[in-house]
Amino acid sequence: MLSKQEISTGAQARGGSSEDFNTGSWRALRPIIDTSKCIHCMLCYLYCPDNAVCIIKESAKQNGNPEVTGVDLKHCKGCSICSQVCPVHCIKMIPEEEAKKVDKKD
Amino acid sequence: MVNIKEFAKREVKLVGGHRLCAGCPAPTIGKLALMAADKEVIVSSATGCLEVSTTIYPYSAWKVPWMHTAFENTAANIAGVETAVKVLNRKGIIKKDFRYLCIAGDGGTYDIGLQALSGAIERGHKFLYVCYDNESYSNTGIQRSSATPLFANTTTDPVGDIRKGKQELRKNFTEIMVAHNMKYIAQAALSNIQDMIMKLEKGYKATDHTAAFINIFSPCIPGWGIHDGDAVMLSKIAVDTCFWPLYEVEDGQYKLNYNPEESGKKIPIIEFLKLQSRFRHLLDPKNADLIAEFQKDVDDRWDKLKKKCGIRTDLV
Ligand code: SF4
Ligand code: SF4
Repeated sequence: MLSKQEISTGAQARGGSSEDFNTGSWRALRPIIDTSKCIHCMLCYLYCPDNAVCIIKESAKQNGNPEVTGVDLKHCKGCSICSQVCPVHCIKMIPEEEAKKVDKKD
Repeated sequence: MVNIKEFAKREVKLVGGHRLCAGCPAPTIGKLALMAADKEVIVSSATGCLEVSTTIYPYSAWKVPWMHTAFENTAANIAGVETAVKVLNRKGIIKKDFRYLCIAGDGGTYDIGLQALSGAIERGHKFLYVCYDNESYSNTGIQRSSATPLFANTTTDPVGDIRKGKQELRKNFTEIMVAHNMKYIAQAALSNIQDMIMKLEKGYKATDHTAAFINIFSPCIPGWGIHDGDAVMLSKIAVDTCFWPLYEVEDGQYKLNYNPEESGKKIPIIEFLKLQSRFRHLLDPKNADLIAEFQKDVDDRWDKLKKKCGIRTDLV
């Protein structure tokens, strides 16, 4: 029988280290949030499977409630769940190639 | 009612950069399950999409103590962890109370993990078990599981001239869990997010006394043949067709959380089937009888459930 010291601890990884990995390159569509129409209901934030909707948790502008500020393009895979669940339809999905062209101009 | 804005302030402990398919709702279920905990959580995952894709070495998307050993033993893992913490507390080595969470797909729950789960519940271990039910072995290439519905096309039950997909009825797993006499058992769907969070919170609280189980509907993008963004919409249709009723069993008392018949929202099962390519063959007019057979199974299960919830079935 193995002694305690000899038992392998198995493979280990730093918690949350997947954030170093870029899954944004998967994206064919990019969500564009019209923050002027957004009612900051937090549905897109909670539903996003890739945790890619960015918020300020306690925003002065929102009287201490959370505020949606944009999308984390390093992790967003462009699934469009956020756009489908938004109750005021303020998230548009546009082709990534078009979005990239706009990025270059800016 | 859960205050969503307040809930959103809690820390997210299942982060991005994992390699699950775009639009897969399993990580959303995991994320919300961790956010709903009222104490620090230790997690055990069975082999499955969520486990494989969130922990591709050397990365991990989990910001909580998390472990995986095999497909069949996630509940045995957590039983060991829970017992170890109990002993360490008793010996005075640590002074800390945790919540324990198992999260596994239907393969690791309905089939391969069933005896470990059943045993751990019976031995009185106190943990919350969340099954994200995507109705197949998706991670290995969409093989049938006992959660796969009737007539669905899978790689092990392909549609041909004679056999039209899976020939057997789906296991009613939530009812198997009810038979274990836990304090809390529930069925939830992402479309009803407040209901789902409420159930997760109740589930953790119930683990003060016994184990608890929550079965959550989790559409699979490639396996079911749906669009990337459709998981939440399809969950809603599953609930409104009564394919996936939302209910809970607390101390043995059944309660229907949402009754689409009452609000006049109940729709026929075809609305659910026609959105998924795994059921495409059913749209062939020659197979109309198969749709009727499917509908009958849905209605039978729904009627049985309504009776258990004390709702009269002769009035509708
Ligand atoms: S498109 Fe999908 S991954 Fe990107 S922010 Fe929206 S929900 Fe998240
Ligand atoms: S779902 Fe829409 S309204 Fe709600 S926070 Fe997101 S962008 Fe804003």
